[in-house]
Amino acid sequence: MDIIVCIKQVPNTTNIQIDHETGRLKRDGVESIINPFDEYAIEEGVRIKEKVGAKVTVITMGPPQAEAALREAIAKGADEGVLVSDRAFGGADTLATSYALSTAIKSLGKFDMVICGKQASDGDTAQVGPGIAEMLDIPHVAYVKKVEASDDKTIKVERMMEDGYDLIESALPVLLTVVKEINNPRVASLKGRMAARKAVIKVLDAATIGADTSKIGLNGSPTQVMKIFTPPQRTGGEKFTGEAKEVAAVLVKRLSDLSLI
Amino acid sequence: MANSVEVLSDKCVGCGQCAGACPFGAISTLERPEHPKKFKLAVVDLNKCAYCGTCSQTCKFSAIELKKDASQSSVDKSEYKGVWVYAEQRHGEIADVVYELLNEGKRLAKQLGTTLSAVLIGDGLKSKVQDLINRGADKVYVCDDPIFIEFQDDPYTSILTQLIKKENPEIILIGATNIGRSFSSRVAARIHTGLTADCTSLEIDAQTRNLQQTRPAFGGNIMATILTPSRRPQMSTVRRKVFKEAKVEEGRKGEIVDCKVDVATLVNRTKFLGFIKDASSNINIGDADIIVSGGRGVGKVEGFKLLEELAEILGGAVGASRAAVDSEWIPYSHQIGQTGKTVAPKVYIACGISGQIQHIVGMSSSDIIIAINKDASCPMMQTATYALEGDLYEIIPNITKEIKAIRCNS
Ligand SMILES: Cc1cc2nc3c(=O)[nH]c(=O)nc-3n(C[C@H](O)[C@H](O)[C@H](O)COP(=O)(O)OP(=O)(O)OC[C@H]3O[C@@H](n4cnc5c(N)ncnc54)[C@H](O)[C@@H]3O)c2cc1C
Ligand SMILES: Cc1cc2nc3c(=O)[nH]c(=O)nc-3n(C[C@H](O)[C@H](O)[C@H](O)COP(=O)(O)OP(=O)(O)OC[C@H]3O[C@@H](n4cnc5c(N)ncnc54)[C@H](O)[C@@H]3O)c2cc1C
Repeated sequence: MDIIVCIKQVPNTTNIQIDHETGRLKRDGVESIINPFDEYAIEEGVRIKEKVGAKVTVITMGPPQAEAALREAIAKGADEGVLVSDRAFGGADTLATSYALSTAIKSLGKFDMVICGKQASDGDTAQVGPGIAEMLDIPHVAYVKKVEASDDKTIKVERMMEDGYDLIESALPVLLTVVKEINNPRVASLKGRMAARKAVIKVLDAATIGADTSKIGLNGSPTQVMKIFTPPQRTGGEKFTGEAKEVAAVLVKRLSDLSLI
Repeated sequence: MANSVEVLSDKCVGCGQCAGACPFGAISTLERPEHPKKFKLAVVDLNKCAYCGTCSQTCKFSAIELKKDASQSSVDKSEYKGVWVYAEQRHGEIADVVYELLNEGKRLAKQLGTTLSAVLIGDGLKSKVQDLINRGADKVYVCDDPIFIEFQDDPYTSILTQLIKKENPEIILIGATNIGRSFSSRVAARIHTGLTADCTSLEIDAQTRNLQQTRPAFGGNIMATILTPSRRPQMSTVRRKVFKEAKVEEGRKGEIVDCKVDVATLVNRTKFLGFIKDASSNINIGDADIIVSGGRGVGKVEGFKLLEELAEILGGAVGASRAAVDSEWIPYSHQIGQTGKTVAPKVYIACGISGQIQHIVGMSSSDIIIAINKDASCPMMQTATYALEGDLYEIIPNITKEIKAIRCNS
């Protein structure tokens, strides 16, 4: 079985702070990490490999620095890394990103399964996975929380919904986007780290994958960012301090004055 | 490919404002080798740049020039008319977000001088059509067939794209639910148009008829306004609970279009095998008017009993931060925030929740926020309408007691 895992390098937004003087993101010292949801995608690929035997190829589109993310995925059990990198890919929206990645995946040859994270923590759209599936002309199942069973022709998965979960069977090849309930990602082993250091990362540019230049980067992107701003802060209101009993009484009075109780 | 961002070295003073403003971390300031003592110079890493223009807008010295190649082929926009709302249904029930979208869609359609339509895809749902008309739809497209009884991406994508290609709407609004976010991206890719995710505000530019779609990104740390300037339809998924529901107008008149469904043209490579209901989601926190929510500060699973008690007398539901869910004090279906549910109740009571941005984005549209926390300086206490400083184990039982007392007296 050939499994492709799509990963994105993102700024670590857990530590992102807003500079309240300028109203801007503080960037200093923000490290790049693998998109948290993609950690689950890598782990699921590696688990399937351990169960039924497979080759797991991780692929990312990004600047040359994104190679670090691929090596980390190899340290965690992936076999090969592919970096899709070209200035011409810059400024891509999800349609152009899906086109570039699907074209690169096709250029790699046969595959049975593509696994993506549910969404990236920076762009936050959750659109790239289904977009890749459409351009590869394969089915997809989003929000997968469990892979129940698979053979060489079909796969059975649980799809998380707001009110519970759906049980879906799909023909292979298929694209899955996974949620964090699916597994607990492992930490890299020493052996994995060694393999990652030695691995040769394949680098593909737009010409190599035969991409149509009108469909990539900013030019291939129907959506355009018009402006970016920091959300207006909700300004604080009344502060209550003192004895718990009094504080509680004042609050309840306020709420009943507003006929909320 | 003539997109470029150029820093004019004679104007740049190396102040670094642009580097701080760039959402992509694509700008750094470097020493000028020829003048090591002089100003630094801003340098843009084009590998990371998305040409959003934030830097050139920020620069006080007009030292950054952004040029975008406008060669993108444009469709003939005048051929696209009407605002559409995807009338999502699950297990035969129309999703609440649909009524919110009909309200907002009506406003947009009015501004554009056009009509509002709803698209209903399902099996045996004809009884729901009048409901959509009563909520403001001028026209309802009904795609009714047993193949649509449960949501599957393939047939839903096929039928919606067929309809779009036939009717050419100008705008399509879809709820940013699991269903909406799963298949809208496929639809947009198939018809080669733009899709903006998880919008929280929509405005029309009267001159260009472009839809200005505003959405949070970077986990809610920033907002972006996105356009689809040269393609049609303009597609957005919209977060639930950001717009008010359309009012019901009984007996309103509207047109019903019965779409012929030719099943032979619908690919389907998946099979729906069943649905397993989450028992703990009986009280849907998304619908509650009052939510009592607990975080790491609750400290133990028994602590949630206090919250449940308060929620019960208030007729509300119990929510949680991710820290509480990860500690297994309460199931995931109660989690509120970026990776949980988005809620907008009348009253949100945050007990022992510090208010990290990933939590705040899920509840900041609540009418009244009450924070109970030991730490008066934490973000939740700073944003709350009423900030109660103290130990939740002392304050909550007192609130419960106080409410009971008031109710007895009245
Ligand atoms: C503030 C802001 C708002 C934006 N809003 C929109 C918008 O509304 N619509 C739009 O079309 N574009 C938008 N974009 C552009 C979009 O972020 C980029 O196209 C980005 O490359 C992919 O989208 P994402 O980060 O949302 O990924 P998602 O679609 O959320 O990612 C889902 C999964 O796809 C895979 N994946 C995503 N990117 C890559 C990659 N580069 N390499 C390998 N795998 C990947 C990963 O498995 C990931 O978990 C926005 C960008 C910014 C900065
Ligand atoms: C990609 C990503 C997605 C995320 N998604 C979400 C999400 O959807 N939802 C979410 O909630 N989080 C999410 N998080 C996690 C988020 O960053 C925070 O870690 C989390 O919200 C913290 O939860 P907390 O406020 O309960 O805990 P803490 O930050 O530890 O705060 C506990 C608070 O309790 C107070 N306290 C302690 N004891 C008492 C007492 N006895 N009485 C009163 N107050 C007390 C403390 O002063 C403190 O303010 C996400 C993180 C990432 C990286």
